Amino acid sequence: MAKEKLIAMPNIATPNKPVIFTEKCNGCNHCVEVCQIDVYMPNPEKGKPPIILHPEECWYCGCCANDCPRPGAMKFNWPLQQRGYWMNKATGEVHQV
Amino acid sequence: MTTWHDYLKEQGHAPDWPYPVRFDQEREVATDVLVIGGGIAGCWAAIAAARTGLKVALVEKGDVIRSGSGGPGCDHWCNAPANPLSNVDPDEWGVHMADRPYANGIGVQIQCREDWDTLQEMEMMGGKIRDTEGEYLGAQGRDDKSKLMISPRYTIVHSYVPGSIKPTTFKSNPEHKLNNVVIRVWGSTFKPALKKECKRLGVEIFDRVMMTSLLTENGVQGARVVGGTGINNRTGEFLIFKSRAAVVATAGSGSIWLMDMEHGGYSNMHSRAVSGDGTVMAWNAGAALTTMERTGMVGIATGLKHKWYSGAGDASYENVPIVDANGKRLPFPIQGWEDAGAMMPTPQVMEQIRQGVLKGEYELPFYGDFPAMPDVERRATWKLMLGEESTTKIIMDTFNEAGYDESRDLLQSYRFIEGNSLPQWRDAGASGGLVVDWDLKSTLDGLYVGGTTMFSPEDHSYAASTGRYAGRKAAAYARQIDSGRVSPEQIAREKARVYAPIKRSGGMEWKELHSGIARAMQYYVSEFKTERLLNMGLQTLKKIEAESVPQLFALDPHKLMRSLEDLSLLSYGQIIVQAMLARKASSLPLNFQRIDYPALDPPEWNHFLTIKQENGKVVTGSLPMTYWGNQKENYEAHNRDYTGVYRGK
Repeated sequence: MAKEKLIAMPNIATPNKPVIFTEKCNGCNHCVEVCQIDVYMPNPEKGKPPIILHPEECWYCGCCANDCPRPGAMKFNWPLQQRGYWMNKATGEVHQV
Repeated sequence: MTTWHDYLKEQGHAPDWPYPVRFDQEREVATDVLVIGGGIAGCWAAIAAARTGLKVALVEKGDVIRSGSGGPGCDHWCNAPANPLSNVDPDEWGVHMADRPYANGIGVQIQCREDWDTLQEMEMMGGKIRDTEGEYLGAQGRDDKSKLMISPRYTIVHSYVPGSIKPTTFKSNPEHKLNNVVIRVWGSTFKPALKKECKRLGVEIFDRVMMTSLLTENGVQGARVVGGTGINNRTGEFLIFKSRAAVVATAGSGSIWLMDMEHGGYSNMHSRAVSGDGTVMAWNAGAALTTMERTGMVGIATGLKHKWYSGAGDASYENVPIVDANGKRLPFPIQGWEDAGAMMPTPQVMEQIRQGVLKGEYELPFYGDFPAMPDVERRATWKLMLGEESTTKIIMDTFNEAGYDESRDLLQSYRFIEGNSLPQWRDAGASGGLVVDWDLKSTLDGLYVGGTTMFSPEDHSYAASTGRYAGRKAAAYARQIDSGRVSPEQIAREKARVYAPIKRSGGMEWKELHSGIARAMQYYVSEFKTERLLNMGLQTLKKIEAESVPQLFALDPHKLMRSLEDLSLLSYGQIIVQAMLARKASSLPLNFQRIDYPALDPPEWNHFLTIKQENGKVVTGSLPMTYWGNQKENYEAHNRDYTGVYRGK
């Protein structure tokens, strides 16, 4: 295993990742504009996905993902304690998001 | 790489601030009508004012395209008795809806008279209000001719708790036909259309600018409002607005009692941006407020409370039967046609369910039985109502993407297993606010009010129609008056206040301050109210102001905005305590129980308690419960020139 250089970091803000950007994201920054509370900032490198700067201020309104012009470019990522459950009515099997 | 720490690890340094930094730089904007807040009410105010040909500036803390409580969407257009399918007279319905203690009869009357016109204008701008594609053919409430979809809400009674309000026989509806006053709408289309219309009409939009103060003539508290100041929360630039008239249309105060960011979001049902800024700036300018003593407990929410719309007891969950883990139907209302949209069981039925759970008669968890619904009703609830209702669209999409099939699967409810909010987790989000007259003018000349900033506000269509009305009235005032004289000293004082946190490099950060305010409110301004506790609350908040606020620091323009929001919360909390101290009686409709004044709603206290500042001193007063007089007559007397749906360019 290659040795990774460790840097000293404070605890990171949590929950830390309200969305996950995929390779389909072309860095158009529409989500940066529609976000009600400026969770994101544009990536300094053009064409790259935005940086999640204030993740713990997100209130999960969903505007960013709802309005993303490239389907599949971002996936909502609910904090673990917010992931809901359902049950298959016929089999009784329980699932969680 | 998407997170900040990924960037740091990969690049070896933190990213630069992505926007130009303009701390201390001033920008002056002269306008006819200044609209503060670009949510639903603010957008409609700006549009209504701009239609008269005046110059309008619209200032919004986020981006107008999706900001505000109605930014993500809206599913119910409530209180629309003027719609063509309604079976009640708008004025009769308006009087009925305002016949609740401490309701806002002026705002409700405007809503009932004008929100159908407002909705038609929404459609003209590109908002979707009809099932034009026939997606919901056969759904109950769908009118095949107009393609409007009536909601079950309020069709028989307007109550959310079955039996709490007796069905009324309206003179205009003697046969008890369904009232048909609430319309299902595709509200996710509204906000982008409103922004587009603002731009088309030449409204100057200031996105990412937080307003921080109102300017009064010569800087005198209580004098005419002649402008305001704001700060760009990306660049830190200081903006000075000079106006003939202003409309304040901001949110209530959402998180004074509770802050817990580790649990996702803010642990209440409001966004962080809901910090009462508009109410506080009006208070500082000398405007009178009322019903500030009313609070409620935090209901559905992000974080500590589960936000999935999966149990009875929340809006937008129409016609879904609730069953136990074995499929046994529970006596919850279904928010549907059979109960006119009722949401909550009566306390007796709730206790009966609780006992049933404890005795094993009902097995937890409970579920929403979507598969049991007729297909078209299920689609209407899941896709249209939940899909369009503000923050729920992303929830439904997440479920479906994870494999949930509403025709096959039961959706879990968190009733009982989640528990209830503590009485100390309170909410003043939409109760107290500015006193208004029939022009939706505040008690200050030049200051008009729309939506949630006024006392006892209602919902989306209320915000839209009162915003539109306030914009119209503000424009009429602006037309006949010159610009007022702003005070350079007032501007300089405000600039110093606003920038203080960025002049410090260390001290107390905004999150710690917010939590400190919340804890003081939990201890002293909560379930147990006495003169002693409330005074301790006031002293604690004043101590925070005197000792902690001078330590407040902010690293960048964004955190400066958050810091300034905390200062709004701190003032808002003190206004609440002052109002609570002034009301020396308990009140059921105000959800206000004083241990030292236990008598509930004694007649001598059945009035609005008003509160304002004069020369920096708190002054209380009172207004009769129906100070607005005859709703129909006064509405008509003040709107002889109203021409209905806008037909201009």
